[in-house]
Amino acid sequence: MAATTSAPPTGYGLRKRIREWITYLAMSALAIFFLFPIVFMLVSSVKNSETQVLADMSNLYAFVPRGDLGLQNYRDVFGQLEFGRLVVNSTFIMVLTVLVGLLVNSLIAYALARLRFKGRDFLLGIVVALIIVPFEAVAVPLLLLVNRLPWFGGASTWLDSYQVQIIPFIADAFSIFLFYQFFINIPKDLEEAALVDGASLFRIYWNIILPLSRPIFATVAILQALAAWNRFMWPLMVTRGIAARPLTVGMQSFFGQDPRLWGDLMAFASMITIPVLIIFLLFQKWFVQSVASTGIKG
Amino acid sequence: MMDAAIPKTVPKRSRLTSGRTSEAFMAWIFSAPAIILLIVFLVIPFIMAIGLAFTDQRLIPNPNLPTQFVGLRNFVRMFADEAFRRGLLNNFYFVIVVVPVQTALALFLAILINQKLRGMNFYRTIYFAPVVTSMVVVAIVWTFLYNQDGLINSFLSAISFGALGPYDWLRNTKLVFPAIMVLSIWQGAGFQMVIYLAGLQEIPTDLYEAADVDGANKIQQFFYVTWPQLRNTTIFVVLATTILAFKLFDQVKVMTNGGPQNASMTTMLYVIEQGWGQLKVGYASAVSVVFFLIVLVVSLLQRRFLREERQVE
Repeated sequence: MAATTSAPPTGYGLRKRIREWITYLAMSALAIFFLFPIVFMLVSSVKNSETQVLADMSNLYAFVPRGDLGLQNYRDVFGQLEFGRLVVNSTFIMVLTVLVGLLVNSLIAYALARLRFKGRDFLLGIVVALIIVPFEAVAVPLLLLVNRLPWFGGASTWLDSYQVQIIPFIADAFSIFLFYQFFINIPKDLEEAALVDGASLFRIYWNIILPLSRPIFATVAILQALAAWNRFMWPLMVTRGIAARPLTVGMQSFFGQDPRLWGDLMAFASMITIPVLIIFLLFQKWFVQSVASTGIKG
Repeated sequence: MMDAAIPKTVPKRSRLTSGRTSEAFMAWIFSAPAIILLIVFLVIPFIMAIGLAFTDQRLIPNPNLPTQFVGLRNFVRMFADEAFRRGLLNNFYFVIVVVPVQTALALFLAILINQKLRGMNFYRTIYFAPVVTSMVVVAIVWTFLYNQDGLINSFLSAISFGALGPYDWLRNTKLVFPAIMVLSIWQGAGFQMVIYLAGLQEIPTDLYEAADVDGANKIQQFFYVTWPQLRNTTIFVVLATTILAFKLFDQVKVMTNGGPQNASMTTMLYVIEQGWGQLKVGYASAVSVVFFLIVLVVSLLQRRFLREERQVE
């Protein structure tokens, strides 16, 4: 690096370089703080011997893959409980919630942003007001409601089902608001041209609005997918067995079993985390943009 | 129907006006799925919560003991219950500690990675990684770290030359809640950092250039340019974190379930314990209403502050 600077470091240049070094030092120290639990989890998960995991837990060897390494803990997790089932459940619930949610929320947002109809301002006001109502405030009465809700095929309760973890989370006032804000800023010219050509409103939504709105669809999809994948309280309340249980609740119940095998637990935790981390690394810019866009709320 | 009654001689209505009616019709068709879902799964349960709060409704009603209107009994009982008061106090305790610490840390991180230096994306990725990690996972990994023979105790012991610890973090009534705060900050700071980063990037660079010309140093620039320009972002971050603090549930449920002796109880944990654990839906609804009122006050404050700011501009 020094080779590229032809002039000898002046007082200003030297001070600048020292400041850079201090910055990097501070940032690296913080990086260690934010990374160590994740590294600790990953390293512990590949130590085959539980004795080794426990021996290393109190010193820097916790971060060193050493001893008998392998995927034994991962095999244990797959073998002991229906881990595959939990993965399928979590994935299915997440994918369906996000896909149907994108359609439902963007459609109403399109109507609010673009179509003229009586009661539009009132409806928009209600949606904005509903952003304030947290799911947590309605969880208990909703439990009472879904406990006695019928479903196709004669079921008289929604407990232990997929739909109880999907349908209540499809419509989301905040997602609607994000779509709405994006749609009102799209120029109208293209739609007007299409209208003159006699295109139906749904066609305009599908062929013009959708392709122009990929960023906001990505944003909402990421926020909703993260929320669905990590959702814990509600599935804890509505799943009594393994049938429709997601990974988070499965992990908590595995954690509650005696004896606690930390190697297995870390393997379980890693398997929930690694897919999300990979997707995050691939689509980093989108993740960051999604979160940044929540800041414009209000 | 109307169209049929109009004599054929009248020219057909222009596309614009006939489009207007079908436009309104289509608008309601497009809106219907979301409206129905919001009503059934948000509005109705919300109204139920308010109604049930004044009853002794149970999840599985006893046929011999019909649900009754009990007036304000649930509210009186709630505030007489040590566990509920502990939970509410803990939420405020969490707000007072976590909100300033996490906000300051997030701002500091955002300022660091907003510099035009190499490798900033790399650091941003690392600081943000905990945000995408499930809270249940975070709670379990940190339980391991907080083990009496675990990494955190040996770290403290090492930096204090053996003077500190070992502590039984999660079984000590004084330490359990601060321990939970630390991992909550660890998990949440990256989120706020990104929001601050967006705020920082919106500050016009000529403000800094002008400050440079006036001879302001970096610290003065922070206090006279950056901080005032981030006012809206800070209001948002502070109040959003406050609301999250009142929703505190996942990590506490997994790590301690509110113990020991309710030392880590929270309002939401109490709601779920009463409503789902003990099936007291009426009583838990009353607690939910109190919870909602707190969130409402914070949200209204947020909207009010942000609106005032917009009017000033």
